Amino acid sequence: MSGLKYSNQVIVSAFRGPWTLLKKELLRFWRVAFQTIAAPVITALLYLLIFSHVLESHVQVYDGVPYTAFLIPGLIMMSVLQNAFANSSSSLIQSKVMGNLVFVLLTPLTHLQFFLAFLIAAIIRGMVVGLCIYLVAMWFVDLQLANPWMIIAFALLGSALLGTFGIIAGIWADRFDQMAAFQNFIIMPLSFLSGVFYSIHSLPPFWQKVSQLNPFFYMIDGFRYGFFGKGDVSPLISLSIVGASFLVLAWITLRMLKSGYKLRS
Amino acid sequence: MSQPAIKINAVHKNFGALHALKGVDLTIEPGEFFALLGPNGAGKSTLISILAGLITPSSGSASVMGFDVVNQYQQARQLLGVVPQELVFDPFFNVREMLRFQAGYFGRGRENDPWIDEILEGLGLTDKAHTNMRKLSGGMKRRALIAQALAHKPPVIVLDEPTAGVDVELRQMLWEFIKKLNRDGHTIILTTHYLEEAETLCSRVGMMKQGEIVALDSTANLLNKFSGKHLRLTLGDVILPAAIESLMRHHEKGIYTFALSDMTQIEYVLSTLRSANIKVLDMQLSEADLEDVFMSLVGKSS
Repeated sequence: MSGLKYSNQVIVSAFRGPWTLLKKELLRFWRVAFQTIAAPVITALLYLLIFSHVLESHVQVYDGVPYTAFLIPGLIMMSVLQNAFANSSSSLIQSKVMGNLVFVLLTPLTHLQFFLAFLIAAIIRGMVVGLCIYLVAMWFVDLQLANPWMIIAFALLGSALLGTFGIIAGIWADRFDQMAAFQNFIIMPLSFLSGVFYSIHSLPPFWQKVSQLNPFFYMIDGFRYGFFGKGDVSPLISLSIVGASFLVLAWITLRMLKSGYKLRS
Repeated sequence: MSQPAIKINAVHKNFGALHALKGVDLTIEPGEFFALLGPNGAGKSTLISILAGLITPSSGSASVMGFDVVNQYQQARQLLGVVPQELVFDPFFNVREMLRFQAGYFGRGRENDPWIDEILEGLGLTDKAHTNMRKLSGGMKRRALIAQALAHKPPVIVLDEPTAGVDVELRQMLWEFIKKLNRDGHTIILTTHYLEEAETLCSRVGMMKQGEIVALDSTANLLNKFSGKHLRLTLGDVILPAAIESLMRHHEKGIYTFALSDMTQIEYVLSTLRSANIKVLDMQLSEADLEDVFMSLVGKSS
Protein backbone atom coordinates (compact mmCIF):
# COMPACT_ATOMS: atom_id res chain seq x y z
CA MET A 1 0.00 0.00 0.00
CA SER A 2 2.74 2.44 1.01
CA GLY A 3 4.78 1.32 -2.03
CA LEU A 4 1.81 2.15 -4.25
CA LYS A 5 1.44 5.51 -2.55
CA TYR A 6 5.14 6.23 -3.10
CA SER A 7 5.00 5.29 -6.79
CA ASN A 8 1.91 7.50 -7.17
CA GLN A 9 3.89 10.35 -5.65
CA VAL A 10 6.74 9.77 -8.10
CA ILE A 11 4.30 9.84 -11.03
CA VAL A 12 2.56 12.98 -9.72
CA SER A 13 5.96 14.64 -9.33
CA ALA A 14 6.99 13.72 -12.88
CA PHE A 15 3.81 15.23 -14.32
CA ARG A 16 3.77 18.26 -12.09
CA GLY A 17 6.87 19.79 -13.69
CA PRO A 18 5.58 19.98 -17.28
CA TRP A 19 2.05 20.69 -16.02
CA THR A 20 3.38 23.70 -14.09
CA LEU A 21 5.14 25.02 -17.19
CA LEU A 22 1.95 24.56 -19.22
CA LYS A 23 -0.10 26.31 -16.53
CA LYS A 24 2.35 29.20 -16.48
CA GLU A 25 2.22 29.50 -20.28
CA LEU A 26 -1.61 29.48 -20.22
CA LEU A 27 -1.76 32.08 -17.46
CA ARG A 28 0.75 34.20 -19.35
CA PHE A 29 -1.57 34.70 -22.31
CA TRP A 30 -4.71 34.74 -20.17
CA ARG A 31 -3.34 37.66 -18.12
CA VAL A 32 -3.16 39.70 -21.32
CA ALA A 33 -6.28 38.20 -22.93
CA PHE A 34 -7.27 41.56 -24.35
CA GLN A 35 -4.18 41.45 -26.52
CA THR A 36 -3.91 37.69 -27.06
CA ILE A 37 -7.57 36.73 -27.59
CA ALA A 38 -9.79 39.81 -28.01
CA ALA A 39 -7.48 41.58 -30.50
CA PRO A 40 -7.21 38.69 -33.01
CA VAL A 41 -10.96 38.08 -32.77
CA ILE A 42 -11.66 41.74 -33.59
CA THR A 43 -9.17 41.65 -36.48
CA ALA A 44 -10.83 38.55 -37.96
CA LEU A 45 -14.27 40.14 -37.63
CA LEU A 46 -13.07 43.29 -39.38
CA TYR A 47 -11.83 41.15 -42.28
CA LEU A 48 -15.18 39.40 -42.29
CA LEU A 49 -17.20 42.61 -42.32
CA ILE A 50 -15.16 44.28 -45.04
CA PHE A 51 -14.64 41.34 -47.40
CA SER A 52 -18.17 40.00 -47.07
CA HIS A 53 -19.60 43.47 -47.66
CA VAL A 54 -17.51 44.04 -50.78
CA LEU A 55 -17.57 40.55 -52.30
CA GLU A 56 -20.76 38.85 -51.08
CA SER A 57 -22.76 39.66 -54.20
CA HIS A 58 -19.86 39.30 -56.65
CA VAL A 59 -18.14 36.05 -55.75
CA GLN A 60 -19.46 32.57 -55.28
CA VAL A 61 -16.83 29.89 -54.80
CA TYR A 62 -18.91 26.79 -54.07
CA ASP A 63 -22.45 26.23 -55.36
CA GLY A 64 -25.02 27.09 -52.74
CA VAL A 65 -22.44 28.51 -50.31
CA PRO A 66 -22.59 32.28 -49.80
CA TYR A 67 -19.21 34.04 -49.92
CA THR A 68 -19.45 35.11 -46.26
CA ALA A 69 -19.96 31.47 -45.22
CA PHE A 70 -17.01 30.43 -47.43
CA LEU A 71 -14.84 33.11 -45.85
CA ILE A 72 -15.52 32.33 -42.16
CA PRO A 73 -13.72 28.93 -41.87
CA GLY A 74 -10.68 30.39 -43.66
CA LEU A 75 -10.57 33.35 -41.29
CA ILE A 76 -11.01 31.10 -38.27
CA MET A 77 -8.18 28.80 -39.36
CA MET A 78 -5.89 31.70 -40.29
CA SER A 79 -6.38 33.13 -36.80
CA VAL A 80 -5.86 29.73 -35.15
CA LEU A 81 -2.57 29.31 -37.00
CA GLN A 82 -1.27 32.84 -36.45
CA ASN A 83 -2.10 32.78 -32.75
CA ALA A 84 -0.61 29.35 -32.14
CA PHE A 85 2.60 30.64 -33.72
CA ALA A 86 2.45 33.91 -31.78
CA ASN A 87 1.99 32.16 -28.45
CA SER A 88 5.06 29.96 -28.39
CA SER A 89 7.29 32.35 -30.33
CA SER A 90 6.49 35.46 -28.29
CA SER A 91 6.74 33.65 -24.97
CA LEU A 92 10.17 32.30 -25.84
CA ILE A 93 11.62 35.48 -27.32
CA GLN A 94 10.34 37.55 -24.37
CA SER A 95 11.81 35.11 -21.87
CA LYS A 96 15.10 35.10 -23.75
CA VAL A 97 15.34 38.87 -24.05
CA MET A 98 14.22 39.42 -20.43
CA GLY A 99 16.59 36.65 -19.32
CA ASN A 100 13.96 34.81 -17.25
CA LEU A 101 14.12 31.67 -19.42
CA VAL A 102 16.97 30.70 -17.12
CA PHE A 103 14.40 29.79 -14.44
CA VAL A 104 13.09 27.02 -16.71
CA LEU A 105 16.54 25.99 -17.94
CA LEU A 106 17.70 25.39 -14.35
CA THR A 107 14.95 22.84 -13.71
CA PRO A 108 14.97 19.06 -14.25
CA LEU A 109 12.39 19.39 -17.07
CA THR A 110 13.40 17.26 -20.06
CA HIS A 111 13.47 18.64 -23.60
CA LEU A 112 10.32 16.63 -24.40
CA GLN A 113 8.46 18.07 -21.40
CA PHE A 114 9.58 21.57 -22.35
CA PHE A 115 8.37 21.00 -25.91
CA LEU A 116 5.00 19.57 -24.87
CA ALA A 117 4.24 22.41 -22.45
CA PHE A 118 4.89 25.11 -25.06
CA LEU A 119 3.13 23.09 -27.76
CA ILE A 120 -0.06 22.47 -25.78
CA ALA A 121 -0.22 26.11 -24.65
CA ALA A 122 0.05 27.21 -28.29
CA ILE A 123 -2.69 24.77 -29.36
CA ILE A 124 -5.01 25.99 -26.60
CA ARG A 125 -4.44 29.66 -27.47
CA GLY A 126 -5.12 28.92 -31.16
CA MET A 127 -8.25 26.93 -30.33
CA VAL A 128 -9.61 29.57 -27.93
CA VAL A 129 -9.17 32.32 -30.53
CA GLY A 130 -10.73 30.12 -33.24
CA LEU A 131 -13.69 29.19 -31.04
CA CYS A 132 -14.35 32.85 -30.14
CA ILE A 133 -14.38 33.85 -33.83
CA TYR A 134 -16.71 30.94 -34.61
CA LEU A 135 -19.13 31.91 -31.83
CA VAL A 136 -19.25 35.54 -32.97
CA ALA A 137 -19.48 34.58 -36.68
CA MET A 138 -22.55 32.45 -35.93
CA TRP A 139 -24.46 35.72 -35.61
CA PHE A 140 -23.68 36.58 -39.21
CA VAL A 141 -24.17 33.30 -41.07
CA ASP A 142 -25.73 29.96 -40.34
CA LEU A 143 -22.65 27.75 -40.83
CA GLN A 144 -23.11 24.06 -41.61
CA LEU A 145 -20.80 21.50 -39.99
CA ALA A 146 -20.46 18.71 -42.56
CA ASN A 147 -17.68 16.86 -40.76
CA PRO A 148 -16.93 18.16 -37.25
CA TRP A 149 -14.14 15.62 -36.68
CA MET A 150 -12.32 16.97 -39.71
CA ILE A 151 -12.68 20.49 -38.30
CA ILE A 152 -11.20 19.39 -34.96
CA ALA A 153 -8.43 17.36 -36.59
CA PHE A 154 -7.27 20.24 -38.80
CA ALA A 155 -7.54 22.80 -36.00
CA LEU A 156 -5.49 20.58 -33.68
CA LEU A 157 -2.85 19.58 -36.21
CA GLY A 158 -2.63 23.06 -37.71
CA SER A 159 -2.17 24.78 -34.36
CA ALA A 160 0.34 22.07 -33.35
CA LEU A 161 2.31 22.68 -36.55
CA LEU A 162 2.40 26.45 -36.09
CA GLY A 163 2.99 26.17 -32.33
CA THR A 164 6.03 24.03 -33.12
CA PHE A 165 7.20 26.47 -35.77
CA GLY A 166 6.81 29.21 -33.14
CA ILE A 167 9.10 27.30 -30.77
CA ILE A 168 11.73 27.02 -33.52
CA ALA A 169 11.43 30.75 -34.26
CA GLY A 170 11.58 31.60 -30.55
CA ILE A 171 14.71 29.54 -30.04
CA TRP A 172 16.40 30.85 -33.19
CA ALA A 173 15.61 34.56 -32.85
CA ASP A 174 17.76 36.61 -30.50
CA ARG A 175 15.98 39.91 -30.94
CA PHE A 176 12.42 41.14 -31.39
CA ASP A 177 13.13 42.42 -34.92
CA GLN A 178 14.25 38.94 -35.99
CA MET A 179 10.96 37.58 -34.66
CA ALA A 180 9.05 40.33 -36.48
CA ALA A 181 10.80 39.26 -39.69
CA PHE A 182 9.53 35.70 -39.14
CA GLN A 183 6.00 37.04 -38.68
CA ASN A 184 6.02 39.49 -41.57
CA PHE A 185 8.02 37.58 -44.18
CA ILE A 186 6.93 34.00 -43.53
CA ILE A 187 3.74 33.67 -41.51
CA MET A 188 1.75 36.57 -42.98
CA PRO A 189 2.46 35.89 -46.69
CA LEU A 190 1.88 32.15 -46.30
CA SER A 191 -1.42 32.69 -44.50
CA PHE A 192 -2.72 35.39 -46.89
CA LEU A 193 -1.73 33.38 -49.98
CA SER A 194 -3.31 30.17 -48.75
CA GLY A 195 -6.85 30.50 -50.10
CA VAL A 196 -8.42 32.15 -47.05
CA PHE A 197 -10.21 34.65 -49.26
CA TYR A 198 -10.53 32.60 -52.46
CA SER A 199 -10.46 29.11 -53.95
CA ILE A 200 -7.16 28.34 -55.64
CA HIS A 201 -9.19 27.14 -58.64
CA SER A 202 -9.83 30.80 -59.38
CA LEU A 203 -6.08 31.38 -59.83
CA PRO A 204 -4.06 30.98 -63.06
CA PRO A 205 -2.46 27.48 -63.34
CA PHE A 206 1.01 28.72 -62.37
CA TRP A 207 -0.22 30.26 -59.11
CA GLN A 208 -2.28 27.17 -58.40
CA LYS A 209 0.96 25.15 -58.52
CA VAL A 210 2.70 27.69 -56.27
CA SER A 211 -0.22 27.56 -53.80
CA GLN A 212 0.12 23.79 -53.61
CA LEU A 213 3.61 24.27 -52.15
CA ASN A 214 2.17 26.31 -49.29
CA PRO A 215 1.37 24.14 -46.24
CA PHE A 216 -1.12 26.79 -45.04
CA PHE A 217 -3.24 26.04 -48.12
CA TYR A 218 -3.79 22.42 -47.00
CA MET A 219 -4.67 23.46 -43.46
CA ILE A 220 -7.20 26.06 -44.62
CA ASP A 221 -8.67 23.82 -47.33
CA GLY A 222 -8.98 20.79 -45.05
CA PHE A 223 -10.51 22.86 -42.26
CA ARG A 224 -13.03 24.35 -44.70
CA TYR A 225 -13.85 20.84 -45.95
CA GLY A 226 -15.06 20.07 -42.44
CA PHE A 227 -17.70 22.79 -42.80
CA PHE A 228 -18.90 22.31 -46.39
CA GLY A 229 -17.88 18.78 -47.30
CA LYS A 230 -16.00 20.09 -50.33
CA GLY A 231 -12.53 21.49 -50.94
CA ASP A 232 -9.83 22.12 -53.54
CA VAL A 233 -7.97 18.88 -52.68
CA SER A 234 -8.87 15.66 -50.86
CA PRO A 235 -8.96 16.26 -47.08
CA LEU A 236 -7.00 13.07 -46.49
CA ILE A 237 -4.16 14.35 -48.67
CA SER A 238 -4.28 17.63 -46.74
CA LEU A 239 -4.34 15.82 -43.40
CA SER A 240 -1.36 13.68 -44.40
CA ILE A 241 0.66 16.71 -45.56
CA VAL A 242 -0.13 18.69 -42.39
CA GLY A 243 0.54 15.67 -40.17
CA ALA A 244 3.85 14.91 -41.89
CA SER A 245 4.91 18.58 -41.70
CA PHE A 246 4.15 18.59 -37.98
CA LEU A 247 6.21 15.46 -37.40
CA VAL A 248 9.18 16.90 -39.31
CA LEU A 249 9.06 20.22 -37.40
CA ALA A 250 8.53 18.45 -34.07
CA TRP A 251 11.60 16.29 -34.76
CA ILE A 252 13.68 19.37 -35.63
CA THR A 253 12.46 21.18 -32.50
CA LEU A 254 13.25 18.26 -30.23
CA ARG A 255 16.73 18.00 -31.75
CA MET A 256 17.27 21.72 -31.15
CA LEU A 257 16.08 21.48 -27.56
CA LYS A 258 18.10 18.35 -26.82
CA SER A 259 21.29 19.87 -28.18
CA GLY A 260 20.63 23.10 -26.28
CA TYR A 261 20.88 25.11 -29.52
CA LYS A 262 20.95 28.84 -28.62
CA LEU A 263 19.67 28.03 -25.12
CA ARG A 264 22.64 26.31 -23.52
CA SER A 265 26.26 26.76 -24.66
CA MET B 1 30.11 7.41 3.02
CA SER B 2 28.23 10.45 1.75
CA GLN B 3 28.86 11.88 -1.68
CA PRO B 4 30.52 15.30 -2.00
CA ALA B 5 28.01 18.11 -2.48
CA ILE B 6 29.99 19.22 -5.53
CA LYS B 7 32.73 17.39 -7.35
CA ILE B 8 34.47 18.92 -10.34
CA ASN B 9 37.02 16.82 -12.18
CA ALA B 10 39.49 18.32 -14.66
CA VAL B 11 36.89 20.56 -16.25
CA HIS B 12 37.93 22.49 -19.34
CA LYS B 13 35.77 24.91 -21.28
CA ASN B 14 36.64 26.56 -24.56
CA PHE B 15 34.61 29.33 -26.14
CA GLY B 16 36.20 29.39 -29.57
CA ALA B 17 39.80 30.51 -29.02
CA LEU B 18 39.13 31.47 -25.40
CA HIS B 19 40.18 28.80 -22.89
CA ALA B 20 37.83 29.86 -20.09
CA LEU B 21 38.46 26.92 -17.74
CA LYS B 22 41.79 25.14 -17.73
CA GLY B 23 41.35 21.86 -15.90
CA VAL B 24 39.50 22.84 -12.74
CA ASP B 25 39.36 20.31 -9.90
CA LEU B 26 37.22 21.09 -6.88
CA THR B 27 35.44 19.11 -4.19
CA ILE B 28 32.96 20.70 -1.80
CA GLU B 29 31.64 18.60 1.07
CA PRO B 30 28.02 18.61 2.26
CA GLY B 31 27.30 21.34 4.79
CA GLU B 32 30.22 23.55 3.74
CA PHE B 33 29.96 27.32 3.34
CA PHE B 34 32.35 27.79 0.44
CA ALA B 35 33.50 30.97 -1.28
CA LEU B 36 34.65 31.07 -4.87
CA LEU B 37 36.62 34.24 -5.45
CA GLY B 38 38.37 35.75 -8.40
CA PRO B 39 38.47 38.82 -10.62
CA ASN B 40 36.02 39.32 -13.49
CA GLY B 41 36.73 36.84 -16.26
CA ALA B 42 38.43 34.34 -13.93
CA GLY B 43 35.86 31.66 -14.85
CA LYS B 44 33.67 31.60 -11.72
CA SER B 45 30.39 32.11 -13.54
CA THR B 46 31.38 29.63 -16.26
CA LEU B 47 32.04 27.04 -13.57
CA ILE B 48 28.68 27.75 -11.92
CA SER B 49 26.89 27.60 -15.28
CA ILE B 50 28.44 24.17 -15.86
CA LEU B 51 27.07 22.96 -12.51
CA ALA B 52 23.66 24.40 -13.41
CA GLY B 53 23.64 22.74 -16.83
CA LEU B 54 23.55 26.06 -18.69
CA ILE B 55 26.97 25.39 -20.20
CA THR B 56 28.38 22.00 -21.21
CA PRO B 57 32.03 21.39 -20.33
CA SER B 58 34.42 20.82 -23.26
CA SER B 59 35.98 18.01 -21.22
CA GLY B 60 35.99 16.74 -17.67
CA SER B 61 33.00 16.12 -15.44
CA ALA B 62 31.00 17.72 -12.66
CA SER B 63 28.50 16.25 -10.24
CA VAL B 64 26.05 17.38 -7.57
CA MET B 65 25.67 14.94 -4.64
CA GLY B 66 27.11 12.23 -6.89
CA PHE B 67 24.86 12.90 -9.90
CA ASP B 68 26.62 13.89 -13.12
CA VAL B 69 25.38 17.29 -14.33
CA VAL B 70 25.26 16.10 -17.96
CA ASN B 71 24.25 12.44 -17.88
CA GLN B 72 22.06 12.59 -14.76
CA TYR B 73 20.97 16.20 -15.12
CA GLN B 74 17.49 15.66 -13.75
CA GLN B 75 18.71 14.38 -10.37
CA ALA B 76 21.60 16.89 -10.29
CA ARG B 77 19.32 19.89 -10.95
CA GLN B 78 16.77 18.64 -8.42
CA LEU B 79 19.47 18.96 -5.75
CA LEU B 80 20.82 22.34 -6.85
CA GLY B 81 19.47 25.87 -6.43
CA VAL B 82 21.24 28.59 -8.40
CA VAL B 83 20.82 32.32 -7.93
CA PRO B 84 21.78 33.91 -11.25
CA GLN B 85 23.95 36.99 -11.27
CA GLU B 86 21.72 39.07 -13.57
CA LEU B 87 18.62 40.65 -12.07
CA VAL B 88 16.07 38.79 -14.22
CA PHE B 89 12.35 38.36 -13.56
CA ASP B 90 9.10 37.34 -15.22
CA PRO B 91 6.89 40.43 -15.54
CA PHE B 92 3.61 38.51 -15.79
CA PHE B 93 3.39 37.18 -12.24
CA ASN B 94 3.57 38.14 -8.59
CA VAL B 95 6.20 36.90 -6.15
CA ARG B 96 4.17 34.04 -4.66
CA GLU B 97 3.04 32.82 -8.08
CA MET B 98 6.63 32.80 -9.32
CA LEU B 99 7.78 30.81 -6.29
CA ARG B 100 4.95 28.29 -6.71
CA PHE B 101 5.79 27.90 -10.41
CA GLN B 102 9.46 27.46 -9.63
CA ALA B 103 8.73 24.78 -7.02
CA GLY B 104 6.24 23.17 -9.43
CA TYR B 105 8.89 22.76 -12.15
CA PHE B 106 10.72 20.59 -9.63
CA GLY B 107 7.61 18.51 -8.95
CA ARG B 108 6.55 20.26 -5.76
CA GLY B 109 2.94 21.22 -5.15
CA ARG B 110 0.88 22.88 -2.45
CA GLU B 111 2.58 20.78 0.24
CA ASN B 112 5.58 23.06 -0.41
CA ASP B 113 3.66 26.22 0.61
CA PRO B 114 4.92 26.33 4.23
CA TRP B 115 8.49 26.36 2.89
CA ILE B 116 7.62 29.18 0.49
CA ASP B 117 6.18 31.12 3.45
CA GLU B 118 9.42 30.51 5.34
CA ILE B 119 11.51 31.83 2.45
CA LEU B 120 9.28 34.89 2.08
CA GLU B 121 9.59 35.56 5.81
CA GLY B 122 13.35 34.95 5.90
CA LEU B 123 13.99 37.31 3.00
CA GLY B 124 11.56 39.99 4.18
CA LEU B 125 9.23 39.46 1.23
CA THR B 126 6.03 38.49 3.07
CA ASP B 127 4.27 41.80 2.46
CA LYS B 128 5.35 41.76 -1.20
CA ALA B 129 4.07 38.23 -1.86
CA HIS B 130 1.20 39.48 -4.00
CA THR B 131 3.10 42.26 -5.73
CA ASN B 132 3.89 41.85 -9.40
CA MET B 133 7.60 41.25 -10.02
CA ARG B 134 7.65 44.28 -12.34
CA LYS B 135 6.68 46.60 -9.51
CA LEU B 136 9.41 45.54 -7.07
CA SER B 137 12.41 47.75 -6.37
CA GLY B 138 15.87 46.51 -7.37
CA GLY B 139 16.65 45.22 -3.87
CA MET B 140 13.30 43.43 -3.65
CA LYS B 141 13.83 41.88 -7.08
CA ARG B 142 17.18 40.57 -5.86
CA ARG B 143 15.47 38.98 -2.84
CA ALA B 144 12.82 37.42 -5.09
CA LEU B 145 15.59 36.05 -7.30
CA ILE B 146 17.20 34.38 -4.30
CA ALA B 147 13.80 33.08 -3.14
CA GLN B 148 13.24 31.49 -6.55
CA ALA B 149 16.48 29.52 -6.29
CA LEU B 150 15.39 28.22 -2.88
CA ALA B 151 11.77 27.43 -3.80
CA HIS B 152 12.35 23.70 -4.25
CA LYS B 153 14.41 23.47 -1.04
CA PRO B 154 17.65 22.33 -2.69
CA PRO B 155 20.36 20.87 -0.42
CA VAL B 156 23.08 22.64 -2.46
CA ILE B 157 22.71 26.37 -3.05
CA VAL B 158 24.90 28.45 -5.37
CA LEU B 159 24.78 32.20 -5.04
CA ASP B 160 26.51 34.02 -7.89
CA GLU B 161 27.26 37.56 -6.68
CA PRO B 162 24.04 37.75 -4.65
CA THR B 163 24.87 41.04 -2.96
CA ALA B 164 26.00 43.01 -6.02
CA GLY B 165 24.34 46.41 -5.78
CA VAL B 166 22.47 45.52 -2.60
CA ASP B 167 22.25 47.90 0.39
CA VAL B 168 23.86 47.07 3.73
CA GLU B 169 20.60 46.28 5.53
CA LEU B 170 19.50 43.75 2.94
CA ARG B 171 22.96 42.24 2.86
CA GLN B 172 22.82 41.63 6.60
CA MET B 173 19.34 40.13 6.39
CA LEU B 174 20.32 37.97 3.47
CA TRP B 175 23.40 36.61 5.21
CA GLU B 176 21.48 35.85 8.39
CA PHE B 177 19.05 33.80 6.32
CA ILE B 178 21.77 32.04 4.35
CA LYS B 179 23.66 31.26 7.58
CA LYS B 180 20.51 29.72 8.97
CA LEU B 181 20.16 27.57 5.84
CA ASN B 182 23.76 26.48 6.27
CA ARG B 183 23.14 25.60 9.94
CA ASP B 184 20.14 23.55 8.78
CA GLY B 185 22.50 21.48 6.62
CA HIS B 186 22.37 23.20 3.22
CA THR B 187 25.68 23.45 1.39
CA ILE B 188 26.33 27.03 0.31
CA ILE B 189 28.62 28.09 -2.52
CA LEU B 190 29.12 31.78 -2.90
CA THR B 191 30.86 34.00 -5.37
CA THR B 192 31.31 37.56 -4.28
CA HIS B 193 33.36 40.66 -4.84
CA TYR B 194 32.97 41.63 -1.18
CA LEU B 195 35.93 39.78 0.28
CA GLU B 196 35.01 40.63 3.85
CA GLU B 197 31.78 38.71 3.31
CA ALA B 198 33.66 35.62 2.25
CA GLU B 199 36.04 36.03 5.19
CA THR B 200 33.22 36.34 7.73
CA LEU B 201 30.91 33.68 6.35
CA CYS B 202 32.87 30.99 4.59
CA SER B 203 34.83 28.18 6.14
CA ARG B 204 36.74 27.45 2.94
CA VAL B 205 37.82 29.55 0.00
CA GLY B 206 38.79 28.81 -3.57
CA MET B 207 40.45 31.54 -5.61
CA MET B 208 40.36 31.53 -9.37
CA LYS B 209 42.52 33.30 -11.87
CA GLN B 210 42.36 32.99 -15.64
CA GLY B 211 40.41 29.74 -15.60
CA GLU B 212 42.41 28.00 -12.90
CA ILE B 213 42.08 27.55 -9.16
CA VAL B 214 45.17 29.20 -7.69
CA ALA B 215 44.36 28.71 -4.00
CA LEU B 216 42.09 26.33 -2.18
CA ASP B 217 42.14 26.08 1.59
CA SER B 218 40.25 26.89 4.75
CA THR B 219 39.80 30.62 5.24
CA ALA B 220 41.92 30.52 8.41
CA ASN B 221 44.78 28.66 6.71
CA LEU B 222 44.79 31.01 3.77
CA LEU B 223 44.97 34.01 6.08
CA ASN B 224 47.82 32.45 8.08
CA LYS B 225 49.68 31.12 5.10
CA PHE B 226 49.84 34.38 3.26
CA SER B 227 50.38 37.01 5.87
CA GLY B 228 49.27 36.59 9.46
CA LYS B 229 49.74 40.17 10.67
CA HIS B 230 50.81 43.42 9.14
CA LEU B 231 53.17 45.72 10.99
CA ARG B 232 53.33 49.25 9.63
CA LEU B 233 56.26 51.28 10.92
CA THR B 234 57.02 54.89 10.20
CA LEU B 235 60.82 55.04 10.15
CA GLY B 236 61.69 57.93 7.87
CA ASP B 237 64.48 57.81 5.32
CA VAL B 238 66.62 54.92 6.57
CA ILE B 239 68.55 51.93 5.28
CA LEU B 240 66.80 48.79 6.52
CA PRO B 241 69.01 46.13 8.17
CA ALA B 242 69.44 43.10 5.90
CA ALA B 243 68.13 40.77 8.62
CA ILE B 244 64.57 42.05 8.35
CA GLU B 245 64.48 42.94 4.65
CA SER B 246 62.89 39.59 3.79
CA LEU B 247 59.91 40.36 6.03
CA MET B 248 59.21 43.71 4.40
CA ARG B 249 56.24 43.68 2.03
CA HIS B 250 56.59 47.25 0.72
CA HIS B 251 57.62 50.75 1.70
CA GLU B 252 56.52 54.17 0.66
CA LYS B 253 57.52 57.63 1.93
CA GLY B 254 59.30 56.27 4.96
CA ILE B 255 56.46 53.91 5.95
CA TYR B 256 57.46 50.26 5.94
CA THR B 257 54.99 47.38 5.99
CA PHE B 258 56.17 44.00 7.30
CA ALA B 259 54.24 40.77 6.85
CA LEU B 260 54.56 38.69 9.98
CA SER B 261 53.51 35.09 10.43
CA ASP B 262 53.42 35.27 14.27
CA MET B 263 53.65 37.72 17.14
CA THR B 264 57.24 36.85 18.13
CA GLN B 265 58.43 38.44 14.91
CA ILE B 266 57.28 41.84 16.17
CA GLU B 267 59.93 41.84 18.87
CA TYR B 268 62.50 40.55 16.36
CA VAL B 269 61.82 43.42 13.94
CA LEU B 270 61.83 46.05 16.71
CA SER B 271 65.06 44.75 18.34
CA THR B 272 66.82 44.61 14.97
CA LEU B 273 65.84 48.22 14.34
CA ARG B 274 67.00 49.20 17.84
CA SER B 275 70.41 47.55 17.24
CA ALA B 276 70.73 49.51 14.01
CA ASN B 277 69.88 52.73 15.86
CA ILE B 278 66.75 53.30 13.81
CA LYS B 279 63.97 55.13 15.63
CA VAL B 280 60.37 54.03 15.29
CA LEU B 281 58.28 57.20 14.83
CA ASP B 282 54.91 55.47 14.62
CA MET B 283 53.60 51.91 14.70
CA GLN B 284 50.40 50.14 13.59
CA LEU B 285 49.54 46.47 13.82
CA SER B 286 46.72 45.01 11.74
CA GLU B 287 45.34 41.59 10.90
CA ALA B 288 45.81 40.44 7.35
CA ASP B 289 42.53 39.93 5.53
CA LEU B 290 41.38 37.97 2.54
CA GLU B 291 41.95 41.00 0.40
CA ASP B 292 45.69 40.75 1.09
CA VAL B 293 45.62 37.07 0.18
CA PHE B 294 43.50 37.79 -2.84
CA MET B 295 45.77 40.58 -4.04
CA SER B 296 48.90 38.54 -3.52
CA LEU B 297 47.45 35.61 -5.47
CA VAL B 298 45.32 37.05 -8.18
CA GLY B 299 46.03 40.77 -8.10
CA LYS B 300 49.41 40.54 -9.78
CA SER B 301 49.33 40.70 -13.50
CA SER B 302 50.61 37.52 -15.08
